[in-house]
Amino acid sequence: MNNPQLNRDGGLQHLLTTEGLPARIVRDILDTAATFLDENSSKDIKKVPLLQGKSVFNVFFENSTRTRTTFEIAAKKLSADVVNLNIGSSSTSKGETLLDTVDNLCAMHADMFVVRHASSGAAHFIAQHVAPEIHVINAGDGRHAHPTQALLDMYTIRHYKKEFHNLRVAIVGDVLHSRVARSQIHALTTLGVPEVRVIAPKTLLPTMVENLGVRVFHDMAEGLKDVDVILMLRLQNERMQGAALPSAQEYFKNYGLTEEKLAYAKADAIVMHPGPMNRGVEIDSHVADGAQSVILAQVTFGIAVRMAVMATLVGGSKR
Amino acid sequence: MNIHIKNGRVIDPKNQLDAQRDVYIVDRRIAAVGSAPQGFVADQVIDATGLCVMPGLIDIAARLREPGFEYKATLESEMNAAAAGGVTSLACPPDTDPPLDEPGLVEMLKHRARNLNLARVFPIGALTYGLKGLELTEMIELSEAGCKAFSQADAPLTDTRVLLRAMQYAATMGYSVWLRPQDSFLAKNGVAHDGIVATRCGLAGIPVSAETIALATMLTLAKDTGVALHICRISSAAGVELIRAAKQQGIKVSCDVAMNHLHLSEMDIGFFDANCHLVPPLRSLRDRDALRAALHDGTIDAICSDHTPVDEDAKLSPFSDAEAGATGLELLLPLTLKWAAQAGVPLLDALARVTLQPAQLLGIAMGHLSVGAHADVCIFDIDASWRVQPSALKSQGKNTPFNGYEMQGKVRYTLLAGEVVYQAQ
Repeated sequence: MNNPQLNRDGGLQHLLTTEGLPARIVRDILDTAATFLDENSSKDIKKVPLLQGKSVFNVFFENSTRTRTTFEIAAKKLSADVVNLNIGSSSTSKGETLLDTVDNLCAMHADMFVVRHASSGAAHFIAQHVAPEIHVINAGDGRHAHPTQALLDMYTIRHYKKEFHNLRVAIVGDVLHSRVARSQIHALTTLGVPEVRVIAPKTLLPTMVENLGVRVFHDMAEGLKDVDVILMLRLQNERMQGAALPSAQEYFKNYGLTEEKLAYAKADAIVMHPGPMNRGVEIDSHVADGAQSVILAQVTFGIAVRMAVMATLVGGSKR
Repeated sequence: MNIHIKNGRVIDPKNQLDAQRDVYIVDRRIAAVGSAPQGFVADQVIDATGLCVMPGLIDIAARLREPGFEYKATLESEMNAAAAGGVTSLACPPDTDPPLDEPGLVEMLKHRARNLNLARVFPIGALTYGLKGLELTEMIELSEAGCKAFSQADAPLTDTRVLLRAMQYAATMGYSVWLRPQDSFLAKNGVAHDGIVATRCGLAGIPVSAETIALATMLTLAKDTGVALHICRISSAAGVELIRAAKQQGIKVSCDVAMNHLHLSEMDIGFFDANCHLVPPLRSLRDRDALRAALHDGTIDAICSDHTPVDEDAKLSPFSDAEAGATGLELLLPLTLKWAAQAGVPLLDALARVTLQPAQLLGIAMGHLSVGAHADVCIFDIDASWRVQPSALKSQGKNTPFNGYEMQGKVRYTLLAGEVVYQAQ
C-alpha cells in the first residue's frame, strides 16, 4: 500500500489525512505557518507571492461557509487566484458523477483542489483521478478526515504548550461521526503526545477506538483529570433521532464542558473547539468565552496553517 | 459426437477418483472412464496430457443481471465468463428486475440460457413477491418452471411471521429456503465490517451481530419447521459457530461462503478500494481464518463465486457510494485451488466444494463423472499461472478485488453436455 499523499521523493503531493503523515512534514507545516504570522501581533497575516499565478479551486460538495472562507483567505494571502464552487447537490442531482465533475474541473486548469464531500474516502478518490500535477487538499470527507483542522489544532497546542511530549490531551464528544477527531488522534500520536484520551458515551465511540492509540473514558471527572488540552467536538442534532442520545439536555449535563467540569483539568489547561459551537449542548458559554478558551485563536492560526499546507504542496512537488 | 479425453488426471470427488484415466463421451454423456467402451470411435480427441479433468464447476451464486440490468451485464457475456471459468452449472439469485417471482420470467430466463448453450442455468425463485418480504410467491408454479430453491437474495425479510410461514410452506412442498443472514436494522447504511478499518476510515459499520442475530432467528425457525435451510454467504467466525452448533443439533442447515471472503479481509480495503466493497462486508482476519477452517471441516458446504458484475461507472465513486459486488465466475476455480494449496486440503476434498456439494444443495444430477452422467467437464492446467487482468475477463463486470493477483490453475477446455463450449487460446 503506497501512501497516496506522498510523491516519489517523500514530499507532500496531496493532503488527505493525518494518518501516516510523517512527523517531519507535520513539523515543517507548523514551522512554515509560524512564518506567516507576524512576530509582534499574532493576529496579522502577511500577504506573500508564493502562489502567484496559481489557481486554487474550492470544491465543496457539502455546505460550509467557515472552512471554505478560511481556505479562500489563505489562498488569497498567498496571491493565488481562487475559484469557489459550491457544488452541493446540484451537479449530482443532474446526474453528473463525481468523476465527471472532477474531470471538468481538471480541464479548467486548476493547480489545487480543496475538496469537501459527505462520503468518507472522497478525497482519496479525487486524488487518484486528478491529473498528476494537481494537488488535492481534503477539507473534510464524511467521517474520515479533516487534516487541516487537526494541523491547526496542533499549531494552537504548540503555541500555548510549546511541546507535545509531556501532554495529556482529551477529545470530548461524538468521536464516532467525527472526521476532526480521527485526524486529531493521528496528528497527536504522530507528534508524540504520550496520552490521548477520548471521553464520550459508548453510543458516540467507534468500535475498537482504543486501537487508534487512545484511552477511553465515559466519565468527564475521570477523563478530564489532569489534562493539559481539551478538544471539544461538535454534536450534531440528528444524533438524537438515531437513538445515540436521549436529549441535548442530558448530554450537556453529563458531557457538556462547564466551568465545574473544566476544574478537573489542570489549572492552565486550554479549551479548543473546531466550530461552529452549540452553546449549551457541548460547551457552556462561560467556558467558550472564558480565559482558558483559545477557540478564536484557532481560527486565526487556521489561516496560517492552511497557507502553510498550500505552500508545502506547491514546494513539495518540486523536490 | 464421440469425444475421447486422453491421458488426463481425472479428479472426480463423487467417485473418489484421482488418477490418470481416459474419459469417453458418447451421445452427450460419460460413456466410460478408464478403457474405451466397445466399438468406441472418437470424433474428437482432446489430449489432456499434463492436465486435470474434473466435473464442470457448479456455482450456486452467480448474478447474470437479466432481466433488468443489461447495462451491467448480459446473459451472453456472463455465460461466456462461466464457460471460461469451467463453470457448467450455475444458480442465479432472484434479485433481477423484475425479481424472479413469476413462472413466466423463470421460463424466459431458462429459455434464453438454453439457446446460448454455454452453461446450465438454475434459477432460485423469489421467496416473496417482489422480494418485499410480505406475501409468498407461488412456489409450486415457480418450481415447475424450473426454480431449484427460494430466496430473498439480499432483500430483507424483517417480518418473522412471514419468515415462519415461508419456511412452513416450503417445508410442506419439500423446497429449500436460501437466506443470507443480516439484520436490516443493525446493517442500516453500513458499508464495511464494524471493526478497526471502518473505525480508521470513518466508514459506517455492519457489526457481526447483524449476522448472528439473523442467523439465530433463521435457525430457530428452521428447527421448528423442519425446512431445509441454506445459509448464503456466511461471513463471520461467530456465524460459523452458530451453524456448527445447529448442524450438531440435527437442524437441516447447509451453508456457503463466497470465494472473496476466503481470501480477503477488511484489511484489503486499504485506502478505500471500492473493489473491496462487497456484500456481506469483508470481515476481520480472525473471521476469515474461521471461514477457511469451517470450509475444511465441512461446516461450510460449498464455495461460490458470488459473481456480481457491476458496470464500471458504478464503481467509480468513493467507497460508500460505489456499488457493492465483484465479478467472479472466472476466478472460482483458481481461488478454490489457492485455498486448497494454502490450507493443505487434498484436491478431491477441495473440488467437492465446487462440484458435488453444490449439486447436492441444488438437487441436480451434475457435478460428477460417473458413467451415464451428463458430460459437463472442466479440463484445466493446475500448473499454469496467470495474472488477473480485468480487461482480459470475459465478464462484462471488470471489477475484482483480485485485480493484478497471481493465480495458479487455468481452464483449457470446458465441455457442456459433450460439446466443447470453451477452449483457451
